Amino acid sequence: MLVQSLAETVRKLGRELRIRGGVHAEGRKTATAGQPIAMALPLPERFYIPLQQHIGQPAEPVVGIGQRVRKGDLLAHSQGMLSAPVHAPTSGTVIDITDHPAPHPSVLPIRTIIIEADGLDEAPKPGVPIDPMRLDPGEICARIGAAGIVGMGGAAFPSAVKLESARQRRVHTLLINGGECEPYLTCDDRLMRERGAEIVDGIRLMLHGMQAPRAVVVIEDNKPEALRAMADAASPFPQIGVVEVPTRYPMGWERQLIRYVIGKEVPADKLAADVGVLIHNVATAYAVHRAIRHGEPLIRRVVTVSGGAVAQPVNVEAPLGTLLSELLRFCGWDPARTARLVIGGPMMGEAIPHADVPLVKGVNGLLALSPEEVASAEAQPCIRCGRCVTACPVGLLPLEMASRIRAGRFDGAVDYGLRDCIQCGSCAYVCPSNLPLVHYFKYGKGILAARQKLQEKTEKTRKLAEARQSRIEREKRERKGAAV
Amino acid sequence: MYIVLAIFSLTALGLTLGLVLAAAARVLKVESDPLVDELEVMLPGFQCGQCGHPGCRPAVEALAAGRATVTLCPPGGPALAQRLADKLGVVVDGDSLADPDDRVAWVREENCIGCTRCFKVCPTDAIVGAPKQIHTVLAEACIACGKCLEACPTECLQLQRPKTTLHTWRWPKPRLHWEGARAC
Repeated sequence: MLVQSLAETVRKLGRELRIRGGVHAEGRKTATAGQPIAMALPLPERFYIPLQQHIGQPAEPVVGIGQRVRKGDLLAHSQGMLSAPVHAPTSGTVIDITDHPAPHPSVLPIRTIIIEADGLDEAPKPGVPIDPMRLDPGEICARIGAAGIVGMGGAAFPSAVKLESARQRRVHTLLINGGECEPYLTCDDRLMRERGAEIVDGIRLMLHGMQAPRAVVVIEDNKPEALRAMADAASPFPQIGVVEVPTRYPMGWERQLIRYVIGKEVPADKLAADVGVLIHNVATAYAVHRAIRHGEPLIRRVVTVSGGAVAQPVNVEAPLGTLLSELLRFCGWDPARTARLVIGGPMMGEAIPHADVPLVKGVNGLLALSPEEVASAEAQPCIRCGRCVTACPVGLLPLEMASRIRAGRFDGAVDYGLRDCIQCGSCAYVCPSNLPLVHYFKYGKGILAARQKLQEKTEKTRKLAEARQSRIEREKRERKGAAV
Repeated sequence: MYIVLAIFSLTALGLTLGLVLAAAARVLKVESDPLVDELEVMLPGFQCGQCGHPGCRPAVEALAAGRATVTLCPPGGPALAQRLADKLGVVVDGDSLADPDDRVAWVREENCIGCTRCFKVCPTDAIVGAPKQIHTVLAEACIACGKCLEACPTECLQLQRPKTTLHTWRWPKPRLHWEGARAC
């Protein structure tokens, strides 16, 4: 007995050692975790559907101005290998296809389809239900792609592309990310508690689509109810396991999860698929269930609305295209007490200057933070204490990278691993000097991208210049020939 | 008698060696400084003259001789400066590299008379147009050399930054309070 428990402790310790870096961030999840998902959001009058809500090529509109659309109708189809379509979140009329501020820290314009709702919320009649398990795996992936499903944990990578390549590369494990390690956010937690069976069904469909033998649902140990709900829902299916992981930000980062659950390190220049793993979010699994079983494309999602400037923080199931300001007002928003608006979580989310931007597929949180919540002391010079090094889950030296970027030595920062930085914010969180470390890395990566672009342009224009030179010489020769 | 033989043999020897040297100078001639050649390949080859030298070749000659710095080439930008610095083993001043210049020429259409002078001087054929038609600049081909600005009789061309879009927006450099409010 004693030996057994001792062995268990040792095993647990060994697993704990697999976690690199990270921070114990204050959860601040209690405000929303205890309440059921709110579905009573009044139907907005207007919906704003950006044509690009995903990584890759923007979608191309198939509707015209003035056209009537029903709920779930295709608005714009995907183009190219990496893209995703968008659909109408309700019935109404397309009143414009124009530039509208994007849910992005710059709030610069993005091409957007604007729909005026008719209030009927009319959807076409559902088709005849089929048994999706008898469908061809490729057909499952195609349907997921046609439903416009993208990674709903924030990355917004088209899910069908991931599943399709996982099948071709013979990935053996599907990890379902229910870590939700960001403070404040509880949308995945609530979804797992309330709709566990649907998520498990989505996982089975994904397993069928990618032809993998097993799936593991990973949940942080600060969500015992979700863990129980998912274990119950998954119990009839031996191919789906549920694993508890310690609560430590950024546990939800895919490489950290693989390190902990599978025990393998994904090399810096490789992908999770190279160690035989594919990762999807629980909300994505739920969207797959809705798409395949009910024929409903991705037109709504659960989003956490929280923060000190919100009177009734809650998880809301809202149609995509709803303005964030309407979501905030539904939850009792006090703009006067708002010091900062954040989309996503407080660690990796991005501050937006105003809330007149739409809800899109990849937004899992919306925070209106009060002045007390954002209060931070003034930055001080780096004292080289090395806490950021201990906190970095990638194993980088944030202080060295930041000092190089500050001096404009970007190649030096790249030598220290700037390209491998995931901008999780752990370093800035623990920095006793309050240095804006992540901001430096975002700036540095922007400069690298700009340089890359400039170099590509130089190579292109160089060819143009050479072509012009040879043309001028040819013309000269021809003129000489004509003179003789 | 011996003295004649000595004069004759030494003269013959001198002539022979002289011929060999002359032949060697022709056959084994070093065309140019190999470093200059290597550097020239790295430059964009626009011959735009923005560096103040009459072309890319004279520019790298100056660079190799130490009369110019690695940041001499505006179209090459910071990426080129970094590669030149690596090649020459010198340290490049960081701040001068920070912000790549993304300006391009722009035609103010109300002033353009369609004289075709600008696109005749453009080293990358970045300006399109026809006689008596308004010309326009293809931003993705323009290297901002400014030759068209000089050629334009109505001064309707200017260099300006293209509008920032979601794809070209970048995070600004963080400014710490003790660094002062330096314009950037």
